[in-house]
Amino acid sequence: MNSKNKLAFSRRSFLKTSALASGGMLIGFNLFTACKPEAKPPVDISQLDFNDFNAFIRIANNGQVTIFAPNPEIGQGVKTSMPMLIAEELDVAWKDVYVAQGVLDNQHYTRQVAGGSQSLRQGWEPLRQTGATARQMLIMAAAARWGVDASECTTKEGVISNAKGDKLGYGDVVVEAAALEVPENVELKNPKDFNIIGKNTSNVDIDHIITGKPLFGLDYKKEGMVYASVLRPPAFGQELVDFDDTNAKAIAGVSQVVRFGNKIAVLATNTWAALKGKNALKANWATTSKGENTEDHHKIMLDLLDGTSFETLRADGNVKKAFQEADKVLERTYESPFLPHNCMEPMNFYAHVTTDKIELVGPIQTPESTAKQVAEMLNRDINQVSLEMTRMGGGFGRRLYGDFALEAAEISSLTNLPIKVVFSREDDMTDGIYRPAIKYRIAASIKDGKLTGYHLKEASINSNMYGLIPNFFPAGSIENYQVDVAKYDSNITTGAWRAPYTNFLAFAEQSFFDELADVLEVDRVQLRLDLLQKVKGTTDERIQFSPERFEDVINLVVEKSNWGKTKEGVYQGFSSYYCHNTHVAEVADIEMKNGLPVVKKVTCAIDCGIVVNPLGALNQVKGGVIDGIGHAMYGDFSFKDGVPQANNFVNYHLIRMDETPEVEVHFIQNELAPTGLGEPALPPAGAAVANAIHAATGMRVTKQPFINNLNPEQLINS
Amino acid sequence: MPTYKLKINGTYHSVDADSDTPLLWVLRDHLNLVGTKYSCGIGQCGACTVHVDGKATKSCVSNVALMDGKSITTIEGLSENGDHPVQEAWKEIDVPQCGYCQSGQIMTASAFLNENANPSKSEIRDAMNGNICRCASYNSIEKAVKVAADKLS
Repeated sequence: MNSKNKLAFSRRSFLKTSALASGGMLIGFNLFTACKPEAKPPVDISQLDFNDFNAFIRIANNGQVTIFAPNPEIGQGVKTSMPMLIAEELDVAWKDVYVAQGVLDNQHYTRQVAGGSQSLRQGWEPLRQTGATARQMLIMAAAARWGVDASECTTKEGVISNAKGDKLGYGDVVVEAAALEVPENVELKNPKDFNIIGKNTSNVDIDHIITGKPLFGLDYKKEGMVYASVLRPPAFGQELVDFDDTNAKAIAGVSQVVRFGNKIAVLATNTWAALKGKNALKANWATTSKGENTEDHHKIMLDLLDGTSFETLRADGNVKKAFQEADKVLERTYESPFLPHNCMEPMNFYAHVTTDKIELVGPIQTPESTAKQVAEMLNRDINQVSLEMTRMGGGFGRRLYGDFALEAAEISSLTNLPIKVVFSREDDMTDGIYRPAIKYRIAASIKDGKLTGYHLKEASINSNMYGLIPNFFPAGSIENYQVDVAKYDSNITTGAWRAPYTNFLAFAEQSFFDELADVLEVDRVQLRLDLLQKVKGTTDERIQFSPERFEDVINLVVEKSNWGKTKEGVYQGFSSYYCHNTHVAEVADIEMKNGLPVVKKVTCAIDCGIVVNPLGALNQVKGGVIDGIGHAMYGDFSFKDGVPQANNFVNYHLIRMDETPEVEVHFIQNELAPTGLGEPALPPAGAAVANAIHAATGMRVTKQPFINNLNPEQLINS
Repeated sequence: MPTYKLKINGTYHSVDADSDTPLLWVLRDHLNLVGTKYSCGIGQCGACTVHVDGKATKSCVSNVALMDGKSITTIEGLSENGDHPVQEAWKEIDVPQCGYCQSGQIMTASAFLNENANPSKSEIRDAMNGNICRCASYNSIEKAVKVAADKLS
């Protein structure tokens, strides 16, 4: 990227400017799909009503810049990093930028989603164009006032200068700038000239977080609001028959008990009374479909892997023939349990349904589809629905599903009250939408000491891997390659969980390659590098990973981790993975204590393109690695007759500080567009630890959580 | 319903609440001090941590009836301008990801440093072990506690 980027397409479809009556300039755009054609501008710009835009830049007369960002903020830092992109090209000092949550009252939050680690990747070009276009208009206004050519003018931190040395602040020319036509061609900065992108930038909400200001869904209050605690079927496959609410109604503060569908809501003036009221309900349940058991799932998935009911997602060459002709076959089965999300902020939502509008407020990763579902459920026009998003106390995929918002809307509709549904921790863990239990069986065929075929089978509950995942590594590197999937339909609700499918697939695959290297008698890291070599120059467009970028992270982690050169008693495991457009390699250093692994350190090399906010990026990667280790080591969730067997942190083990390794992160420095960061550090972490356990003990751990599948005595003796 | 007189952040408040009401819900629902967070309700995660007579206390398992005559500090009252050394360290390190558990983390850390101004790495890890961070910002928390200790000493 040596020359500046000239942009030659129209921005009129996504950007409009307007002078503000109070002085200043308002620029409306869509933060998430700014360059996509479906973002239609309003007919009359003076009537901007937030229906078509979801984000705005206001430049006041005094030069102060406010960026109103809609914020699907779940902790991944986009409320900070996305405005940074705008401010960079607008060429203002970050300290002069105030990031505000978008004005919400009349706003239809559309086309926003926090998921798939895509926010920055998709916003990279359009957000910078938005800032650059605004800057160009300010320059044009100043140039007109000076009677000079705009090309003679430069900007620095909100001040425009001309060749003679005259200066005008952005605030001085906003009124004139707002009246100009939006220019068609603006130049974007050369990455070398970035002043904000690439600089450590604090979370924009930091002051509110450290002083306990209301930010989250659970903190949201409104006059007249009633708290609702909901009793749902205790087992999957059950239906409400009848109930006795005498004891619940006797609790001070409880105002009403309402049945809706299969559930019962206890309404109260405060959360404690609502929770107590729910616990005091006596309900009778009938079984409508069999309550399922983890033991049965185990057998069902093994039968699926042994069976023939597969869908083939990718097949190269002739896997069957390769295995028939093999002189050696390595086959392993990897097993994982269901996992709950366990966001620290339990699910909750506010809804007020009245005759002419539906007001929704709360933490949600998918505001658009949730608003639509509420409208459909209540048979109302979508234009009556407003949805305000609060900061989210974690998401991890759980808040992609708006079941709690639908509950709040339904209860409000039945009672005509403003309702805040609050899940207890027990509700949150037992009424989940879980990461499905999955098993992978991987087989490799070897002939004359060479890898000739690779066959991966997936057996999962409810749904299978999708999209480009079957084309991830090692696709393209092995002549005979096949990915088959099969599933079992369960009545247990399942869904996305941070890095869907890859969160366990990476473990299976990277554990397998470690063992395969031993069987092939080649170096473990070299095996990966040799395979990547074969993908270079591929013409297969389904393959998105770059062998060169993959090599770079592998080589960097080998260097930074002192791979193979640890002191006595420290054992290392290697793992590398590509997902969400990002390449990652990790090395875990472990020690054995009382027969169990203690992860001391993880070294991570990652290529996510330009690192927009290194401070935030570091948090994402460190958190992702530790999250990956925590769930691989401890995450366990099972069912008995449809009843979840863990319901709070006393019987569900989330990783804590004394189990946490130090994570050292090395970013590849390049000038390529940013790629995903919220998820990719997680998937390889489990295998790095498992491979280290093998280095320490000679034992291969193939089941998660490790803690249930490590025999301390055996480990001590080995 | 009994009335309790609670001293919170230096000010006395009169609260009508059932005797079994946890302090957490009195703070959040009755007094609108929502900086103290609900997460597990059984004293396992530390999100609800406040100071009771200077000691880090899990407010979700502390009955309001037992709080009479005690001095309670919440995140809102830890410092006047959000400039307690622990808060400053949190800001300097940019600890939070989602941020939900952080007021509890800060309250645990500030009570701990009050008793041990010069802690070792393992003392920090022990002291903070009762506070879960689902985003796993543990490396940053550990570092921030150390930075705060340096500020205090």
